[in-house]
Order: sequence, then structure tokens, then C-alpha cells
Amino acid sequence: MRVVLDHVTKKFDDFTAVSEFSATLEDGELVCLLGPSGCGKSTLLNMLSGILPPTGGQIFFDKDNVTNMPPEKRGVGLVFQNYALYPHMTVLDNICFPLETQHVPKPERIERANEIAKLVHVDTLMQRRPGELSGGQQQRVAIARALVKNPRLLLLDEPLSNLDARLRLEMREEIRRIQQRTKVTAVFVTHDQEEALAISDRVILMKAGVVQQNDLPQRLYDEPCNQFVANFLGNPPINNIPGTVHGHLFFADGTDEGISLPLFQNIADGKRVNLSIRAEAFIPEENGPIPAHVERVFTMGKEELAIMTLGDTEFRAYIDTEVGLVNGQNTRLNVRRRGVFVFDLESGAKLA
Amino acid sequence: MRKLSRVFTYLFLTVTGIIMFFPFFWMFMSAFKTSAEVTASPPVWLPSSFSLVNFQLAFQKAPFLRYFLNSIIVMVSSVTVTTVTSILAAFAFSRLRFPGRQTLFTLLLSMMMLPFEMLIITNYRTVIDLGIYDSMWALVLPFTSSIFYTYILKNFFDTVPDSLYWSARIDGSSNWNYLWKVMVPMARPSLTTVILLNALASWNSFMWPMYVIATDTYRTLPWGLQVFTTEAGSNPEQQMAASTVVVLPMIILFLFARKYIVGGVARGGLKG
Ligand SMILES: Nc1ncnc2c1ncn2[C@@H]1O[C@H](COP(=O)(O)OP(=O)(O)OP(=O)(O)O)[C@@H](O)[C@H]1O
Ligand SMILES: [Mg+2]
Repeated sequence: MRVVLDHVTKKFDDFTAVSEFSATLEDGELVCLLGPSGCGKSTLLNMLSGILPPTGGQIFFDKDNVTNMPPEKRGVGLVFQNYALYPHMTVLDNICFPLETQHVPKPERIERANEIAKLVHVDTLMQRRPGELSGGQQQRVAIARALVKNPRLLLLDEPLSNLDARLRLEMREEIRRIQQRTKVTAVFVTHDQEEALAISDRVILMKAGVVQQNDLPQRLYDEPCNQFVANFLGNPPINNIPGTVHGHLFFADGTDEGISLPLFQNIADGKRVNLSIRAEAFIPEENGPIPAHVERVFTMGKEELAIMTLGDTEFRAYIDTEVGLVNGQNTRLNVRRRGVFVFDLESGAKLA
Repeated sequence: MRKLSRVFTYLFLTVTGIIMFFPFFWMFMSAFKTSAEVTASPPVWLPSSFSLVNFQLAFQKAPFLRYFLNSIIVMVSSVTVTTVTSILAAFAFSRLRFPGRQTLFTLLLSMMMLPFEMLIITNYRTVIDLGIYDSMWALVLPFTSSIFYTYILKNFFDTVPDSLYWSARIDGSSNWNYLWKVMVPMARPSLTTVILLNALASWNSFMWPMYVIATDTYRTLPWGLQVFTTEAGSNPEQQMAASTVVVLPMIILFLFARKYIVGGVARGGLKG
């Protein structure tokens, strides 16, 4: 099913949790809603499921305007962060519950529950209660319960946040597998960038209720549309070197040597900017445009992580071990084409 | 020091326990004594034989079986109805959003301050006006709802996470279906407490039946016992036998369910 959000807004009194959110989720797509805590991800999900009515804008499921439709009529499946399994029911009864409310006859209920349980690998646990399951098993039961009624839209609100690191990794692949098998349109909420990039067809990055960028995972990383997006993605975080542009040269704060890079071609004189460079975008080069002082070097297998300074600013760079950097040495660097950006220091807008 | 205070604690509890237990012990033993043993001075501790003759005599003199049945009927119907109304009210206050919800609930809670004795006169008038004086209706009708039990259940309902409710709604469940399929089964411990407390209160109720019941046909056990005591004043051993019949079911119930009673009151009373 195709989902269209048209300028969806949610205000709590005078606080705007989601502002003018517009996006289209194509049929069968898995879209990640990514953003820091409190940016309105759950609020948006709750508007999709019908728990919260929007205060502005419209939501369409295919041709139906569902903006004011109550949750029980929407045909969505929702997996809560805490799973929300019914503690007094067995796994089987939990999975059957959505079918029971639809008055599906009992034999068919059980058959469908068993079928979906097999898909998420909980078919051996049907007689247990949620209290007797591990976090990962509970999560899979919750997914089974959301899927069993063949929802038009599957919503997952940080379903992995209660799991340990290894299980998270396994479960996110599992979710991807199940989603691709069932071809259900899905929205996956997370504040973990790695999770978002790994699992989704598309990522919508939000900040304070406003969409920052809606793009393919790789493009979000390679072509961030503003400073916030660039800062949010990447580990280690992107290096931001503040400075001023004069005569198409970049003067990092605390230096008087101008750096010449093609990026500064079209930037006005006197502009305060951030030169933002990903740690893996540096190349050591004898006559490179960037002068740097090596503070410390950490060896990490085939590469070294070097902490360097340029003027007043410290930054990190991955450098090939063969270069043989030494603590305290001065060196010169160039940058690759990918992973280098110039942002307006004040507004965060992308300049190059 | 700590050890000493422990010793005192246990000593205190033991003494209090004996003081509480003694009347029941005395009643139970006296129920089997002969007339001479009961009035003997110095008192006789144990009866010479455990014969049931006092019970027989008491049952001959007054229709205790009738009283017993009445008590059961009143208890079952008032407990059933009260439980249902309390569940519905608690759900409304805990989950549904309607204007004046908080005000109304505060108002109800403040009404818990009124002792039942204060309501007797107004309730009595109402019963007369409805024309149900001296009938089963008079015994049941005023006890078909309870603020206290509503309060206990609401406190439990409040602890159930929102996500369970919304999950059920998204899965196509109505409020009604959610209440009976999810909330009520989950509230079983609290419900058990409420039902037991209510049953106990109903069984022991004395003052109200005394005001509104004038004939043997509708007398309940405690009120019947009182009447019998006045009539059989000269036979304390028969009084004790009758009292034993009144008290025994509740003692047995309490022994089986004391975990729920104590736990539920502590839960409902301390939170919120
Ligand atoms: N019922 C409410 N009343 C007032 N403000 C609310 C309400 N619900 C949420 N908010 C506010 O709206 C903002 C967005 O909340 P939301 O739960 O959508 O965040 P989130 O992105 O899901 O965060 P997290 O990652 O921590 O779950 C927050 O600042 C929150 O305080
Ligand atoms: Mg959230």
C-alpha cells in the first residue's frame, strides 16, 4: 500500500511535535524514521496508526483519506517499543487476538497464527506466556501479532532498543527478511543511524519535528543536505573545521595559511563556514593543500586513526599505516571528492 | 539492640494474637459445652464432649437455615452486581476521557469520608418510598456499587500501560472488548481482593438488615442471630453454637484467601 503524508502537523497546546511533514511511502518499501530523542518520531507513528489525531494536514492510504479514521479501522500493525504483549495470554492467544476481534473462525485463526509464528521462528513457544520469553522472542511474537491480520502498513517503534547489541544485529536482519517476504509497506523508527542505514530502502531524518532529508541511505551519508544531517550520520562523527573564506581560500580559525580547494570557488568573501570532512576522506599528500599537526596516532589494523590539529581545531583522520605518521609531526593532507562539504556556520545550509 | 527489639516485636505480636484469637476460641469451645459447664465458676476451658446437641437445639428454635440461605442470596447478588458496576466505573475513570472526569472522581472519593451510619436514615427513607421495606430488594439494592472498590480497581487499571490499550485498539478491539478480554483478566488479583472484602462485608452486615427487615422470612444470619440471642438469652451455649455457624464460613474463607485480602488492600491503599 502507498502512504501519502501531506503537511501533517501535530501540536500539543503550543508545542509543535511534528511540523508540516510531507512524504510518500511507496508500496512495499521499508522506510526508516531517524532522529534524535524527542524529535517527533513516535508522534508521527501514532498519527499513522490513528492513536493521535493530527492537528493539521492529511494522511492517505492509497486512495483513502484516513486522517480522522479510528485505529481499529485502519488495518495497520504496530509493534511497540515495549512490545505490549498481553501478559495473561499465551503466545498463541496473543497472536490470535487481532483475528478474534475480526471474528475469524477459530480453526482458521489457529492455522494463520501457526503460519506466521513459523515465519518469525516462535512456533515452538506457542503455549508460553510473555513473561516466560526472552526479549528477542517477545519482540518476534509482537511482530507476529502485528503481521497476522495482513496489515496494509506495518509500524515498528524502536523495536530493538531493549535488546543487547548482538541480538539487535540479528533481529534487524530478521525484520528485513520478514518484511521482504511479506512485501508489506513498513515504517521503522529508530534513533540508531547504523540500524537505519542497514535496514531500510529509504531514510527520513527528522529534527525537532521537521524533516531534514528524505533519501536513500547511502545518499544521506554521501550527500547530506545540511550540517545537521552531516553531523548526525557517521562514526566517528564528521570533522567540522570552522573558518573564514577570503578570495576563494579557506582560513581555518587560528591559522593564516589559506587552503585552496575547488569547493570554495563560489563562496562569497568574508563568509564564516564549516569545512566538514569525514575521517576517511583524507589522503596524505606531500604538497597537499591542508597543513596539519599530528597529535596522536592509534593503530587500528590496516589503518591508523590520527588525531590532528589544523589551527585551533582538532580532527580525526583515517590514514594508511604505510604512511608511518609519528606523534608530533607536521604533515600535509589532501581530501577525496566524497565526504567533503562546506556548510554555512550560522544557518547550517550547504554551500558546497 | 536489634535482637532485643525483635524479641519485643514478636512478644507484642504474640500477645495481640492471643487477645484476638481468644474470643473465637471461647465461642467455639462453649458451643460444645453443657449448660452447667458454660456457667461454671471458675470457668471450664474445654467441654467434656464434642456433641452437636447445642447446634441441634439452636436450629430447632430459630430458622437458621432460612437465615443462612438469605445471607447467601444477598451476598452473591450484591457482590456480583457491585463487582460489575465497580469494574465499569473504574474503567471509565481510568481509561475513558470525558469532561469533568477528574472533578467527578474527586467528588466520589470525598464521599468515601461519609460513614455508612450517616446514610442509614436517607437510605431507609428511600427504601420506604420505593415500597421495598422488608424484602430482599431492601437488602441488596443499596449495596450494588462501591466507591472504595471502584477506587481499588481504578488504581490497578492505572498501572496497565497505555500501549496495551492502543495495541488492542489497533488490533480492532472496542473499549468493551478490551475491558473484558484484557483488563479484567489482568486484574484478577485485585478483583479477588475486592470480591472477598465485599463478601465479608456483606456477610457480616448487621445494622442495615436490622433496620429494614422485620420478619423471619428475610432475616440474614447476623440479624437472625441477634433475635435468637434475645429469645434464647438463658442458653449461652446455644448462642455460641449459633454464632459459630455465622462466623465459621468467613473464617474458612479468610484462611484460604488472606494473601489476596492483605495484598490487595496494601496495593490499592498505598498507591496513587
Ligand atoms: N502528549 C503529549 N503532550 C505534550 N507533549 C508531548 C506529548 N507527547 C509527546 N510530546 C512531545 O513531543 C515531542 C516528540 O515526542 P516523541 O515521543 O514523538 O519523540 P520521539 O522522537 O519518539 O523520541 P524518542 O526517540 O525518545 O522516543 C517531545 O518533545 C515530547 O515531549
Ligand atoms: Mg519514541
